[in-house]
Amino acid sequence: MTDMRAEISGQGGTGEAGFNDYVQLLKPRVMSLVVFTAMVGLFVAPVPLHPIEALAAIIFIALGAGASGALNMWWDADIDRVMRRTAKRPVPSGLVEPGEALGLGLALSGLSVVMLGLATNLLAAGLLAFTIFFYAVVYTMWLKRSTPQNIVIGGAAGAFPPMIGWVAATGHVGLEAVLMFALIFMWTPPHFWAMALFINSDYEKAKVPMLTVTHGRKSTRTHILVYTILLAPVALGAAFTAIGGPIYFAVSLVLNALFLFGAVRIWRRREEAAEADSYAVEKRFFALSLAYLFLHFAAFLVEATPWANALSTTLGWESLIWR
Amino acid sequence: MALNQEHELHQRRRGRNLGVGLTLMAFVLLVFGLSIAKVQRGEPMQGYDHVYQPESDPTLRRAGASE
Repeated sequence: MTDMRAEISGQGGTGEAGFNDYVQLLKPRVMSLVVFTAMVGLFVAPVPLHPIEALAAIIFIALGAGASGALNMWWDADIDRVMRRTAKRPVPSGLVEPGEALGLGLALSGLSVVMLGLATNLLAAGLLAFTIFFYAVVYTMWLKRSTPQNIVIGGAAGAFPPMIGWVAATGHVGLEAVLMFALIFMWTPPHFWAMALFINSDYEKAKVPMLTVTHGRKSTRTHILVYTILLAPVALGAAFTAIGGPIYFAVSLVLNALFLFGAVRIWRRREEAAEADSYAVEKRFFALSLAYLFLHFAAFLVEATPWANALSTTLGWESLIWR
Repeated sequence: MALNQEHELHQRRRGRNLGVGLTLMAFVLLVFGLSIAKVQRGEPMQGYDHVYQPESDPTLRRAGASE
């Protein structure tokens, strides 16, 4: 019947979802970050996993993240419809029914948690289940619409993947896993608030209490600077643990100096100047924040290689490591 | 107007079916690979039970016979 109607009306677009629309429900760009950080957490852990177990762990952690993305899109369809950045998502655009998004989210949540438990261990599966719950319920259903601190607390959901990767390999939560968590947790607020500065009108339209809406832009700029200052010792501190080393320390030092410089520039900016150049400084800071996180985790990976270990030994770095 | 004419809707459904099919195949392969990895690394097992029974352990029986 649907086919006949489509033929008769002669419309090009059918309004029926394709495979890619379901993939979009899983927020593939967020998943790519999850895959990368979980992979780093897994590879820098002192206990090696069988390559297939490692691959399975990364896939199921990413699938869990995707499931929470689908649940987020199901719940947030009303505000996604209002915001320009999210209006074309599969649910607000009408390609996927809200019920389908909910079903897919729940099914993938169950599948990813059970499979991660079978592939690795129960603690990793429990952490993944908690992460999905935290993102879908605590952040999406509760914090996002009720407090300007939404992304500060909600940022924890994005910070869990490297910890889950670490636990999947070792079976326990170590100091290193906590530091990788803290790095993403402290990085999230300046990253999102910089974006909120240049897409503020969207959040206002959707009545999402972002800091820019509730406390104004000047206060947001101050918050970005404060969190960037607090982030630096967390990032640099990881250099003096088993997953850090001299290469990581050098990379982190440069990145934190650049990030701090960018945050000071944002803090000193007046709104008129920002509007005049279409928030060029804020957009650059946002781009830098992406590089900041990627390069920190890439440096963790480099430190896990044998030649980086040799360099640490040569420089006597091991005596600086906090155990 | 003909009903058997290829419509964009059919292409979309074919794409969706193909996507689901390939995803399921990848999942099956992953579970198969995982099973192989787990079995290869696992301790020797007695196929009929999950409880270790020394009286039916062939290595112990051989050791007992030689004494």
